Amino acid sequence: MNWESPAAFFAMGGYGFYVWGSFGVCALLMIAEPILASRRRKDILRSLRRESLAETLEKQ
Amino acid sequence: MSNNKIIHWFKYGSPQSFYPLAGKMIPWFWVLATIFFVIGLYISFFLAPTDFQQGEGYRIIFIHVPAAWMSMFIYLVMAFWAGLGLALNTRLSSMMAQALAPTGAIMAFLSLWTGALWGKPMWGAWWVWDARLTSALILFFLYIGFIALQAAIDDARRADKAGAILALVGVVNVPIIYFSVKWWNTLHQGASVSLTKAPSMAAIMLWGMLIMALAFWMYSIAVALTRVRAIILEREAHTEWVKELPEVKQ
Repeated sequence: MNWESPAAFFAMGGYGFYVWGSFGVCALLMIAEPILASRRRKDILRSLRRESLAETLEKQ
Repeated sequence: MSNNKIIHWFKYGSPQSFYPLAGKMIPWFWVLATIFFVIGLYISFFLAPTDFQQGEGYRIIFIHVPAAWMSMFIYLVMAFWAGLGLALNTRLSSMMAQALAPTGAIMAFLSLWTGALWGKPMWGAWWVWDARLTSALILFFLYIGFIALQAAIDDARRADKAGAILALVGVVNVPIIYFSVKWWNTLHQGASVSLTKAPSMAAIMLWGMLIMALAFWMYSIAVALTRVRAIILEREAHTEWVKELPEVKQ
């Protein structure tokens, strides 16, 4: 085990800003990207459903 | 190869049959990505020892190198699909190229970002105009250019063709990035891992880096497949098969 305390873990031997700045931004982007990608699919599905509903209403 | 196999291959080359297949594959890639991330992060922070020169600051390597590898690898895959779409006029391969571009751009950005945060404490500079850093920045601009060019052309097929030419011309930059540390004197260090030499790092650090690279790889596949499904629906919106999809019909 490398760390004597949680504080030592967050301090990263004085490199805390650089290490957490790297891992933090990485985590942020890798959480945001899949959310945006699946939202893109949900958006197009919503408009496709609206179109299909409009078509069925027209036929009636 | 028998005729059967050829037909089978082309079957999954159509957006219509690839759409549900991708849907089935996505959860598996998320499972793999999660497993590799958990193991990789555990090694990165708890098993890998403190570096005798760089202290704890070197731990940035566990995301810097995987992001940089993926930024180059995704570019090659993107250019391959774009080129295939250009040569054979296959719709799905162009859609695949389009789906990969944002993920590649994010990887290129992360390699630059983590590199800057690593360079500052170790070299004393966020950025230097050496060959490795400059060619990596060009890779990021190539992704942005590819995305912007495709977005600027309304006709999807023409956008595919223009994008493919840009992607293919840009391929020349990938070996330049890779060999830049050999060809020129750079502030950036040489490769820690190469195909021809034994790796110049402790085994546990190497394992951490490789497992994190696998995690990034699985992540990239999962998110690109998610995006390609959205692109398929957008581009095939007018077709019968999309209208007949259970999630559209209801």
